[in-house]
Amino acid sequence: MADYSDSPRTVPRKSATFDDYTLSEIRRAAATGIYDIRGGGTKRHLPTFDDLVFLGASMSRYPLEGYRERCDTDVVLGTRFAKKPLHLKIPITIAGMSFGSLSANAKEALGRGASAMGTSTTTGDGGMTDEEREHSSLLVYQYLPSRYGMNPDDLRRADAIEVVVGQGAKPGGGGMLLGQKISPRVAHMRTLPEGVDQRSACRHPDWTGPDDLEIKIHELREITDWEKPIYVKVGAARPYYDTALAVKSGADVVVVDGMQGGTAATQEVFIEHVGIPTLPAVREAVRALRELDMHRTVQLVVSGGIRSGADVAKALAMGADAVSIGTAALVALGDNDPALEEEYQKLGTTAGCYDDWHEGLDPAGITTTEPELEKRLDPVKAGRRLRNYLSVMTMELQTLARANGKSHVKNLEPEDLAALTVEAAAMAQVPLAGTNWVPGQN
Amino acid sequence: MTISNTTFDLEALSLRGINSALHAAEEGAFTVLNPGGAHALACGLNAPLEVTIKGHTGYYCAGMNKHAAVTIEGNVGTGCGENIMSGTIRVKGDASQSLGATGHGGLIVVEGSASARAGISMKGVDIVVKGDVGHMSAFMAQAGRLVVLGDAGADLGDSIYEAELFVRGKVASLGADCEEKPLGDADKAALGALLEQAGIDADPAAFKRYGSARKLYNFNIDHMDSY
Ligand SMILES: Cc1cc2nc3c(=O)[nH]c(=O)nc-3n(C[C@H](O)[C@H](O)[C@H](O)COP(=O)(O)O)c2cc1C
Repeated sequence: MADYSDSPRTVPRKSATFDDYTLSEIRRAAATGIYDIRGGGTKRHLPTFDDLVFLGASMSRYPLEGYRERCDTDVVLGTRFAKKPLHLKIPITIAGMSFGSLSANAKEALGRGASAMGTSTTTGDGGMTDEEREHSSLLVYQYLPSRYGMNPDDLRRADAIEVVVGQGAKPGGGGMLLGQKISPRVAHMRTLPEGVDQRSACRHPDWTGPDDLEIKIHELREITDWEKPIYVKVGAARPYYDTALAVKSGADVVVVDGMQGGTAATQEVFIEHVGIPTLPAVREAVRALRELDMHRTVQLVVSGGIRSGADVAKALAMGADAVSIGTAALVALGDNDPALEEEYQKLGTTAGCYDDWHEGLDPAGITTTEPELEKRLDPVKAGRRLRNYLSVMTMELQTLARANGKSHVKNLEPEDLAALTVEAAAMAQVPLAGTNWVPGQN
Repeated sequence: MTISNTTFDLEALSLRGINSALHAAEEGAFTVLNPGGAHALACGLNAPLEVTIKGHTGYYCAGMNKHAAVTIEGNVGTGCGENIMSGTIRVKGDASQSLGATGHGGLIVVEGSASARAGISMKGVDIVVKGDVGHMSAFMAQAGRLVVLGDAGADLGDSIYEAELFVRGKVASLGADCEEKPLGDADKAALGALLEQAGIDADPAAFKRYGSARKLYNFNIDHMDSY
């Protein structure tokens, strides 16, 4: 037999199909018998607003002078039926994140930061705390399937009501807050025994479908004497139909949350494999509103992976009235800060990757209800960081709007955009850069 | 100035007009005529009013009730007394689905039967049904008591937390993690007091008591079939 021991060998080659992450997941599943649960949003690459660019001004469009000429940013939500619509100074709001998934200090910081910028925060699956009401000048109260802590007094002291049908991270999924985070206060607010794994329902207990939702919205209006704007939040599954049906059901505002949208704790398989990205979802929601002649009458709020003033500007140019942010706001507060690297290492992860929020061990004191950890977050300082971040996003948004000759950010339009990829051109229905080609149109 | 002791006719007045008058009232007895199956009637009440509705109502009658005593002399649609906080609701006829859904407190009495999902996600309300209840009643029930003098449909108390269920008739089947519990003297006394409060004459000893087996409270691979 020939001896090949000295002949050249191929180098070890990793499988693209069975990559390190996949292998680790198979081993983890085999060892534990339970699916992987984590926080955050989709981590894999998706078509995003990064695949769009603004054209800027040129011979036929003139720009506005930066810092000299006005570029307004205010927006009013809930103009369709509500007696008291929400007047926001900036079109960037804080998305619903529950007390329980977040510490009381984190909720307070969100309220402080948002209020300093004249925008709203949102409660979440766990009811309204006094701290967040006190520190949020404009507070949207979520109406979720679980109805934890739901009560008419909080409905009346809210500034708007958001009926949650779904979330982008998990369209069709219910809530989950594992036992580690069901502290005495959280348990009390949710009427649950301490330390149980809280599984909240995926469907509302007293209505199914748009015909029922119309009656439900009517009831909420009657209870609050038609004062409050009523939002309907959907995960981006079928945004064209869901938006149309939300409008038909009587919503004042539709919130569409793309698949990148963060969550406190959901099965990894759900986060990565259900729903469509934010980019095509905005387009579809706007199409529904236009066809119903309801664009700008029913306002559209978009969320899921919004990180910068550029993302906001592109969402507005595609027809959204405002955006909301979850993950980015948490990062501004101090989530996943490299300064805490040593502690992340102890948890078997690294800054930037920490997503086991359900375990309640967050060294930054944000996604935890553990009293000692929670104390680490100073709500005043964290609130200031959020204010700064929102302020930067707003200036970026204005910079882009002025560059496109707009004296109000709401005047940004699809005409200002070009796509860098064929996928983005098809999904956003704007021309591929350097062409007049919009896939599916011409 | 607030009104009291008034009769409203839904054929002559708008639902909004009646509800806002009821919201403005601080006390008194009110009668609503010709409800005609209207939705969201007498919802969001927030004062110790006595409201009598003469006829059938649609969805969410007396929803989110606080303090008021509402009597419906007829049948009620879906979600009657949803998220009730306190006060009482008495239905002289039958109730549709999701009776008292997510109710946090107070008492609901149905003199007829209630359909599917009675007491779904209940969080402290007491519900007494003289007739039967439909399937999936007390689904994910967290706290409070559901008392059924007749029979209960399939999957009673599925995924129940700490609510207590009492059934005098047959139970088609119990849902995941719901089991029969002993009916001790203290349970009988408490049930007797609740029946009395509900104005129902029945022997507490004739009921069976059900509650959570607490096997689904924390994930366990060996209970996978029940999830
Ligand atoms: C920690 C956390 C908790 C959340 N809790 C809720 C909730 O209670 N209700 C809800 O509708 N959405 C919840 N969400 C989703 C957000 O409202 C929002 O849709 C999402 O965060 C937007 O995407 P982004 O994180 O990429 O900005 C949560 C998100 C996070 C990160």
